[in-house]
Amino acid sequence: MIYQGKQKIWSDYQKEIPDDHWFYVRSCIRQSFFPASEKYFLKICRDLLGKDIYETEHHTTCGGIAYHSDTIPQETAMTIVARQFALMKEAGYKNLVTSCITSFGNYTEIIETWREFPELEAKIRENLWKACRREFDIPKYVAHASDLVYKFRDDIAGMAKFHLVDGVTGEPLRVVEHIGCHYSKMFPHKGIGGAEYPCVLSGMVESWGGHVIDYPERRHCCGFGFRQYLVRANRGYSVSNTHKKFESMEPYHPDMIITNCPGCPYFLDRWQYVISEMEGKTYGQNGYGIPALTYEEVAGLVLGFDPWDLGLQIHQVAVEPLLEKIGIPYNSKTKYLGLNGKEIMKPGLPTVLKCC
Amino acid sequence: MMEFGFSISPSSTMNLDKVDFSLYERLCEVEPDAKKCMACGSCSATCTAGPWTGMSVRKVILDIQRGKEMEAARLLKSCMLCGKCSMVCPRGINTRHLILSLCRIYKEEEK
Repeated sequence: MIYQGKQKIWSDYQKEIPDDHWFYVRSCIRQSFFPASEKYFLKICRDLLGKDIYETEHHTTCGGIAYHSDTIPQETAMTIVARQFALMKEAGYKNLVTSCITSFGNYTEIIETWREFPELEAKIRENLWKACRREFDIPKYVAHASDLVYKFRDDIAGMAKFHLVDGVTGEPLRVVEHIGCHYSKMFPHKGIGGAEYPCVLSGMVESWGGHVIDYPERRHCCGFGFRQYLVRANRGYSVSNTHKKFESMEPYHPDMIITNCPGCPYFLDRWQYVISEMEGKTYGQNGYGIPALTYEEVAGLVLGFDPWDLGLQIHQVAVEPLLEKIGIPYNSKTKYLGLNGKEIMKPGLPTVLKCC
Repeated sequence: MMEFGFSISPSSTMNLDKVDFSLYERLCEVEPDAKKCMACGSCSATCTAGPWTGMSVRKVILDIQRGKEMEAARLLKSCMLCGKCSMVCPRGINTRHLILSLCRIYKEEEK
């Protein structure tokens, strides 16, 4: 196919992302598990890129986690979302950026549902008015925070102090990219690259010097699946999915995993410990695991922020071998020091999975 | 090895073109609600017999959908018909009645 033809087809897979002025909504899970990721997203966007990103303390859950766990009906989730839109309207913003992939999917699904069923939108407007006397506008653009980092990936690469390359050999790191299911599997045209070629993370990795691994189960779910994990009797499903992915990526010897979903880094990280205790198997080199990081953590490492400020000690899998491979300096004595140098608790060591 | 209360299922593949769906079709005739199951696992989570015997209505339906009649029959032997699974099903399936119907079909096949 001629080059122009390819470019024309590829342009259909692109997504318009405004340059500036965003209303930011945080993630329930990420605030608990990876709070530094959200902090550094805001820091990179505001301080380094000079963007206007607004957030309000009145923001609550989007209801997505309860909706996908079958504990609340969709109308309830819609009314919660309508309130977030009302907060955005009150703040004077039109572009919504979400930290969470499930929130992104939830907002997109609700907007699409209202487009198909305007009478439902009218009902939700009434519900919101009765509940809290607020009115809302539908956002002009909804983006996931990784869309913004993807958009500014080359700016970040321009400020990079480290690259995703082996500091000794100069070879690119072998990186597994894992995109959350609710990013573009539900509404393909809402994700960069659609459902077939989602490139939001692979674009970042390539821009920052890494090599993306293509392996058979690349688009398989991480295993979280809400009820798969939340209902204990179903947890075998969750860990089996993760196990399937790791078995599939193992022959390619990945150095790290980059993710853009709240659940994925958590489960790809913690299930490595569970698999090691169940089967005695580890997937990294020399008995270590494969670090599963968020894209903000990877961006932070590339930009030269302190690994412990980025919260990398919160991960189950030790990141020190990766830091040493890239050549990023770290102080092992400050790993478990919190705010103002205060000691935070050290975790117990697993029996099989090697940790530093 | 540590016991977590759940285990890893090995990866497997199945050629659905070669599977015998006759039992599932017979079940759907007498219990059309079987098609409503979305495999959420609420029934498995509440099953009194589950933790000791591996009984799971979700797994029974999945086994029958995949033509694994023997595995489904083995699981059904552990059911005490307490009906807790019927109370929690978010799709409103009368799972207790479904189990009884299934046992009836198995019994007819034995004759």
